[in-house]
Amino acid sequence: MITLEHVSFRYSSGYLALHEIDLSIQGGDFVAIMGENGAGKTTLAKHLNGLLKPSQGRVLVDGEDTRKVSVAHLARKVGLVFQNPDHLLFSETVKDEVAFGLKNFGFSPEVVEKQVGRTLEALGLAEYADKSPFLLSGGERKRVALASILASEPDYLILDEPTIGQDYQQKERLRNFILQLYSQGKAVVMITHDVEFVAESNPKVILLSKGQIVGKGSADSVLSRDEMVNRASLVKPQMSRLFGELTKYGLPRDVVDVHRARILLEDKLGEVKAPVAQNP
Amino acid sequence: MLIPALLFASVWVMVILLLSQLPLLFIGRVARRWALSLRAGVFLSSLIFVVNFFTGSVFSAIALTLRFLVLLTAFSLFFMTTSPDDLGLALDRIGAVRWLSRKWLGYPNALSFTFTTAVRLVPTLAVDAQTVVDAQRSRGLELDRGNLLRRIRNYIPILIPLLLIAIRRSLELAEALESRGFPGKEGRTSLFQLKLKRGDYAIIGISVGAIAVSIWIFFHYRVPVF
Repeated sequence: MITLEHVSFRYSSGYLALHEIDLSIQGGDFVAIMGENGAGKTTLAKHLNGLLKPSQGRVLVDGEDTRKVSVAHLARKVGLVFQNPDHLLFSETVKDEVAFGLKNFGFSPEVVEKQVGRTLEALGLAEYADKSPFLLSGGERKRVALASILASEPDYLILDEPTIGQDYQQKERLRNFILQLYSQGKAVVMITHDVEFVAESNPKVILLSKGQIVGKGSADSVLSRDEMVNRASLVKPQMSRLFGELTKYGLPRDVVDVHRARILLEDKLGEVKAPVAQNP
Repeated sequence: MLIPALLFASVWVMVILLLSQLPLLFIGRVARRWALSLRAGVFLSSLIFVVNFFTGSVFSAIALTLRFLVLLTAFSLFFMTTSPDDLGLALDRIGAVRWLSRKWLGYPNALSFTFTTAVRLVPTLAVDAQTVVDAQRSRGLELDRGNLLRRIRNYIPILIPLLLIAIRRSLELAEALESRGFPGKEGRTSLFQLKLKRGDYAIIGISVGAIAVSIWIFFHYRVPVF
């Protein structure tokens, strides 16, 4: 379990990026952290693996205070995937890139090879194993970056804007992949602006604004509420906007995903159609 | 400051130069930042001291260390009080720079622009460097692990992404500039016009005078080390 207790963080420039954050993340959780630019999302993510240490309060990872242990030690449990893959790719081949973390953590060559093969397979990158990561497209590079973290099977996976630059099918694959991970008991934390992606994946949502948590709850309860969405400079997902207009037909307002919308609409249409069908 | 500091290797001259710089630091309100760069210079200045102590006398070691501090202060004063934008504008107004730029690069303002861009990119690159370090530490990289050779090798995962980012950014910058029609036509005007005021002339006068006097002293007297 990762626990943040009254965490505040002030950059050396004096800017207060986080203010009194209380949060806990455990295995099996899927959490989306959303908020406007500069809300403190990435700063928060960097606290989870000890890259940044809180100015006040404390962060505990499985009971260990992040101020007392090294980032390398925490990195084995907490995998943080950075937004821009160009900040971490440097190897000659995709295979070496994915092996880098494993080697740093001191795994034996056999384990490294096995894990690399497995991870590349899982992310659909196996065919690129011997290619240079720099010859891949932006979306592929992003997946290599993800693979390089996933290979060591961290208990907590933190993804900073994973959907940027991915086409819709890749996003769909990413969603399934995340689903797999947290149903295996791992925790997945995703920082994102992608309202539609969140609406369809239905994680717990944490809304951050100006360094403070301003909203917490399921995706449908948070993303369908105007005051919350506006506070974090987001726009409601399309499904929620549609159901906002349909309340006069007795439909609920807090619908954000296609699946639930379909069930509700089918019920409604059934009611409308049924008498028509009996008449003739 | 620079020329007298480089002409003489005397403890007294250095002390005088350093003392004359101190009030300027406070006038320019950069004393605090100067102290920070001084802290960064501690290692180098102690190195200079040690090397010169063993190759020369104590006094020359003190003098040369002080000379380093004088140079450091002079550069700090200049770069901390002059914004790179102003410097670029000023360079653009110097006929010789425009002439050289036209000769080498084909456009009169290309050289001053290159300079401004180079200075501008330093802080951006510093931010990138921090991000790259963070990203690699998140993959278990420990920069301060192992012997000296290993430690140097540890920096490869930092340097390669940084270099690639810099190259990619410069290519993007070039495309952006070309798509906006850089370098434009001859006789470009500037939003901010730099003008030399009476104070500027006074400073130039004092500087030229100081240089002249120190050159004169250099050729007519032998200034003792101590």
